[in-house]
Amino acid sequence: MEDEIIQEFLAESWENLVRLDTEIVSLEQAPDDPNLIASIFRTIHTIKGTCGFIGLNRTGELAHATENVLGKMRDKQLPITVASISIVLKGIDGIKELLQALEATGEESTTDYSPLIKELNALSDSVEDASEEIPGLNQLPAGGTGFEEEASEPTPAPIPEPAAVIPEPTTPEPSTPPAEPTETAMTPQPVAPTSKPADAKPAPPAEAAEQGEGGSRKSVADLSIRVNVDVLDSLMNLVGELVLTRNQLLQLARTEEESKYSHSISHLNRVTTDLQEGVMKTRMQPIGNAWSKLPRLVRDLCQITGRNIDLDMSGSETELDRTVLDAIKDPLTHMVRNSADHGIELPQDRRAAGKPETGTIKLNAYHEGGHVIISINDDGAGINTDRVLQKAIQNELVSEAEAAKMTKNEILPLIFHPGFSTAEKVSSVSGRGVGMDVVRTAIEQIGGTVDLATELGKGTTVRIKIPLTLAIISALVVESGGECFAIPQLGVVELVRLESEDRRKIERIHQHEVFRLRDRLLPLIYLSDTLGLERSLSDDDDIYIVVVQVGDTQLGLIVSEVFDTEEIVVKPMGSLLKDVAIYQGTTILGDGRVIMILDVAGIASEFSGLNKAAQDHSGSDHDAEHSNDLTSLLLFDPGNQTTMAVPLSLVARLEEFPRDSIESSGNRLIVQYRGDLLPLQPVNEMNILDEGPDPQPVIVFSEGDCSMGLLVNEIQDILKDRLDIRMQSQRPGVLGTAIVNNCATDIIDTQHYISSIVPNWYDRKGAERKLEILVVDDSLFFRQLVTTALESNGYRVNAQSSAVKAVEIIEHGEKFDLIVSDIEMPMMDGFAFAEWVRARDDMKTIPMIALTSLSAKSDEEYGMRVGFNRFLKKFNAKQLIDTIEEIVRSRAVSGSGARAS
Amino acid sequence: MSPSTLEKRSGQGHEHSHMNSNLDYENQYVSFWVDNQLLGVPVNSVQEVLNPQSIARTPKSRAEIAGLVNLRGQIVTALDLRRRLDLPPFESEEGSMNVVIRYKNEPFSLLVDEVGDVINVSRDLMKPIPQTLDSRWRDVTTGVFRLDERLFVILNIDAILTF
Repeated sequence: MEDEIIQEFLAESWENLVRLDTEIVSLEQAPDDPNLIASIFRTIHTIKGTCGFIGLNRTGELAHATENVLGKMRDKQLPITVASISIVLKGIDGIKELLQALEATGEESTTDYSPLIKELNALSDSVEDASEEIPGLNQLPAGGTGFEEEASEPTPAPIPEPAAVIPEPTTPEPSTPPAEPTETAMTPQPVAPTSKPADAKPAPPAEAAEQGEGGSRKSVADLSIRVNVDVLDSLMNLVGELVLTRNQLLQLARTEEESKYSHSISHLNRVTTDLQEGVMKTRMQPIGNAWSKLPRLVRDLCQITGRNIDLDMSGSETELDRTVLDAIKDPLTHMVRNSADHGIELPQDRRAAGKPETGTIKLNAYHEGGHVIISINDDGAGINTDRVLQKAIQNELVSEAEAAKMTKNEILPLIFHPGFSTAEKVSSVSGRGVGMDVVRTAIEQIGGTVDLATELGKGTTVRIKIPLTLAIISALVVESGGECFAIPQLGVVELVRLESEDRRKIERIHQHEVFRLRDRLLPLIYLSDTLGLERSLSDDDDIYIVVVQVGDTQLGLIVSEVFDTEEIVVKPMGSLLKDVAIYQGTTILGDGRVIMILDVAGIASEFSGLNKAAQDHSGSDHDAEHSNDLTSLLLFDPGNQTTMAVPLSLVARLEEFPRDSIESSGNRLIVQYRGDLLPLQPVNEMNILDEGPDPQPVIVFSEGDCSMGLLVNEIQDILKDRLDIRMQSQRPGVLGTAIVNNCATDIIDTQHYISSIVPNWYDRKGAERKLEILVVDDSLFFRQLVTTALESNGYRVNAQSSAVKAVEIIEHGEKFDLIVSDIEMPMMDGFAFAEWVRARDDMKTIPMIALTSLSAKSDEEYGMRVGFNRFLKKFNAKQLIDTIEEIVRSRAVSGSGARAS
Repeated sequence: MSPSTLEKRSGQGHEHSHMNSNLDYENQYVSFWVDNQLLGVPVNSVQEVLNPQSIARTPKSRAEIAGLVNLRGQIVTALDLRRRLDLPPFESEEGSMNVVIRYKNEPFSLLVDEVGDVINVSRDLMKPIPQTLDSRWRDVTTGVFRLDERLFVILNIDAILTF
């Protein structure tokens, strides 16, 4: 019986103590909050009382001493300072240690806490005397600050010293400090607060509040019961089995149409689903439970490292399955610790950097489509990628040669490499050799992902995406290579069925197959190939494309058969299969078959080169924005055994035409294509008709309703590389030369070919005026592209590589009729540039067009606010020309001269 | 008990080993045949013996892993002992027998050609692996017993399941 009481006591005390840490830290920040301190006082008071009741004298003694200090704080006799709070925390830690020992051994520990008790008593007694006897000594509490420092010194002086102030020394007997008779009387009360609710003892207000609390706690207790987690876990397992059996029955019922059981089975089905949901719910816990230790952690860190950090937590009510919660607790703590220790700078460094001395760590959690997103954001120093790289070279994670080619986006993931820690000195706080790799492993084990974004000097954001629950998921069962697999429904975007005759719609780019799905190029993967199984598909089979979402990209898995969507119970994989990245787990189907659950992300990572390519093709050429980022390039042989490249984002399609379908009309080549004529042009002025390959590969460029095809000898490859034009070219049709795949490669000027073959492409609207346009873009490639487009349309162009340079020439007195500017540029971005322009008296009305890959509505709104007239997406030449024409026309009509002067 | 008395396919039912008393089992080994070699594992590591089961393939896993078996709702990783020991594939219509063992609290099934009897031999008679034995066997065995006419090779489960 007594054992049970102790278990109850422990469970309740732990619950309270966890809350206590958080409360005490908040108290330090808001010392005037009477509710807070009353609540803290009550918790300790309850523990003390219960200890007395069940005979845990040592714990009771310590709790009592702690309570006394808190009581003084509550009554405002003792100021709440960092030092006094530290002593209270020590007391609470002592209580925790005692409770831990009790939990482990069933006996109260015999550890001697009397020095700590003395320390606590000295603190509470000091004010007692100060207030009662020597009012002049009111600064003694401040002396309390010094007190703690002294206590940590090796001299045994600290205890005697306060004792010297009080001739009647510290009262070691726990329960009866003469000054507080009420406390003694109160002792048994919390033990059975509900049994004596009407206790009429005259009590100070706080205690009255406590009784009120006791009453309300009773009602809460009536509504909820404490259940051992093991019970819930085994319930969950049973429900899992039930779901499997239900699935089996459903399958049976399906085969037997007029089954007399069908009604019962469908009822069972419904009840099982409800039961499953219900049991899942019992396992859901607010994520705040995993966070509760963090405020204390951050506070202690601040104390040790001398930093000032605010921990800002939101979304703590977001609920997660218990197992998931358990799994993320440690990684989360580790990351917050990382942010506090490595991220946030010391106050003096922050001041020097022009930041507020107090750093902020923001923790946020929210639901997003079957997942929980947790982000940890700090406004600290950010991650220095150079240092990361150095370290990686030191640790031989990468070679120097590899390192030289790495971009920021490639460097950051190195942090997740086992054994990687950038802390230059290993501190006691973090950087103990285990690092972000442990974090990532832990998160990935539960099917989550970790993303890292950082900006030097501004801070770091870690984004964790984890599934709501691990136990039961909805999955699509497919067949490929003669085997069945489950694909989690969460990752599946849509299903496309291609009949055999439609399979020719699958296009090929080099060796990769792609499918045009609503103007998006969807990279395709034969699931059987990825899995190393034989392709069970013959050419005249119908196929299914399972379109899955991986991160920001989509990709199509080709499978031979799609079965039902089933609720499956995820079973962990055996240890020997853990390292196979393409699986997420296993499950047992209704018919008893074991099948593997595919990890879509794992499958995609084997094909990452390709799915990126398609993403870029879909119109976002964000990567080209910064020359240090990667651009997908299509490499081809123009006909003279050399290699040229074109950004994939400019290519509309790749086609192959039989040689004899290419006709000659006048001096140009055409081919009939989709009921229209497609003008063709060889890259080089060569007689490609006689020498070219058969079928003839053609790269098709489109703009608006005009298309043209470029005849090439061979499509060689698609790869991602930095598009960094090193040399500008004088040759027509070549933008310049860049290093691609370690070879000097000419980048083709698509505008040249388009305007040469469709001469009136840009002239259709007539370019009668010679307006002068200022083009500002830090990417040479885009500068060239825009310039060519504008020039071939009859405008004069002055292109500048940065806003700073543009400002310079404007200040030199250059005048323009219109400005086209990029947004994301180093030093001065497009927004700042627009503000600068608009601040000039002579340029208040000059039309400004932003040309950017930023697509957020907020960016656009901001852009319009700072002075842009239009916000265009990079890059559609026709749209740009149309916009310019439209602006020019409207200005002409409204009479305000386009030329600002 | 001599190997000649070993029943073929004695695993027709389940041989549950009751482990209330480990002492009794100290000198007992479950025997099985793989490519005409008699092998064994300590009886107390064996959970049960099963007839050929349908095995779900796990593409992309290491070749020694034959796949997964559904053992009454529990998923068991099946290890192809022939592959593990570098032996030619088993050609049989019935398929391999399963010796289900529990290692580090996880069930594994060793796929074997045939299951023999439980053999009682005193531990003290165990000899080190003879030098003549193939080297690839030496790393995964703990020792051999010389039975009447053949060697009874005891597998080291730890080594067998570590790659």
